[in-house]
Amino acid sequence: MRIWAKFIGYARFKSPWLLHFDCGSCNGCDIEILACLTPVYDLERFGIVNVGNPLHADVLLVSGTVNPRNRIVLENLFNQMPAPKVVVAIGACGLSGGIFRGAYNVVGGIDRVIPVDVYVPGCPPRPEAIIDGVRLGLEKLRTGGVTLDSKDGPIGATKENHPCSRTN
Amino acid sequence: MRNALLALSGLLAAPLAGSLLIGLDRILTARLQSRIGPPVLQPIFDVVKLFGKERVVVNAWQAFSAYAYLAAVAVAVVLFFIRSDLLVIFLIQAVGTVFIVVGALASASPFSQVGGYRELLQSLACEPLLVLVIAGIYLETGSFAITAVDRWPQPLMVRLPLLFISLLFVMAVKLRKSPFDFAACRHAHQELVGGVLTDYSGPFLALIEVGHWFETVLMLGICSLFWADNWAAMLALAGAAYLTMVWLDNVTARMNWRLLFGYAWLLGLPLALINLFWLYRG
Repeated sequence: MRIWAKFIGYARFKSPWLLHFDCGSCNGCDIEILACLTPVYDLERFGIVNVGNPLHADVLLVSGTVNPRNRIVLENLFNQMPAPKVVVAIGACGLSGGIFRGAYNVVGGIDRVIPVDVYVPGCPPRPEAIIDGVRLGLEKLRTGGVTLDSKDGPIGATKENHPCSRTN
Repeated sequence: MRNALLALSGLLAAPLAGSLLIGLDRILTARLQSRIGPPVLQPIFDVVKLFGKERVVVNAWQAFSAYAYLAAVAVAVVLFFIRSDLLVIFLIQAVGTVFIVVGALASASPFSQVGGYRELLQSLACEPLLVLVIAGIYLETGSFAITAVDRWPQPLMVRLPLLFISLLFVMAVKLRKSPFDFAACRHAHQELVGGVLTDYSGPFLALIEVGHWFETVLMLGICSLFWADNWAAMLALAGAAYLTMVWLDNVTARMNWRLLFGYAWLLGLPLALINLFWLYRG
């Protein structure tokens, strides 16, 4: 059984399927993410495929600031992904809200909404940095589940602790 | 005893061969796009990973359809390996197609629904061609049994060349190759997310993938019957047909269903009928 579990861990490492979600990014990070899939960087040599379906995905790449509207979409996508899964936040906006941090319509970093495993800084980060971030996330995937099981119910900011509902 | 061994080898060797073929296909496709491409074992890694994921199903019908599809194509391949009846093989693989449609329509997702309807249209376009190919083999050898094809003194290709072209149409549809890949395809996520596969995930998606390996081997097997003189010729013909499919996949864009019908019924069907008429007269 242990050998089988190890083999599954290895297969997870060798075959991560990406789901890319743009949470209101300026498209700088998105262009760099898509650049990873071009012949120059060719992510498919690591078995990485860009899928358009959260049900098929293992790794969620999120770029951009989260706002109260697309926060719901982000939570929904995360909850639809079957475990085990890894979330990689891309770019300054994804990490903390970036230069939009104080804006009235900005929630802040991705980790205010869903648990983030890897942070890739940069504005935008280089494709090499994104590939490195995904690889770090895969190390976590191989050694077992890192993020919550979707059976635990929806997670993320509730209405009470939501930054926009605070009065201060 | 011999049949049991053949059946077992079919059950084990067919998915292995199918997965390696698809791995080679992905490398070849990558090279055609000046990329390096994934390792040959990539389809196996994908399926093992999917088996290790959380089980999420829409409803019981969806899960049942995945099992039923895999069972149907596996039985069809086993029957092919024990050189059984072509008509029975055709009907059993058609059951597999039906369950792909049932599984897609079991979910309320519009992408899955559209994929299901497109899959139905695909089978409407290409299943008649497959029946005509089998009818042609019957007219030539006087039997539906594959053993009769094995014993036939000359290659079927000599007398059934036009039916072979029709079979290539069916193959392109069954292997989900462009331009006939509009029900489900790895590259369709801009337009259709995953088509019939949209709401499958984890272990159930893996079952469908393994079923697809079986189906690939079955289609190449039927293709190889056209030059069943010796093993080398059979492998060469199947290999050439598969290479044609990969080439076609890379140089064409996805069609809509009207064009599929146009090609299948206005080109494939007449070709098949002309060949049948010629066989009947001759």
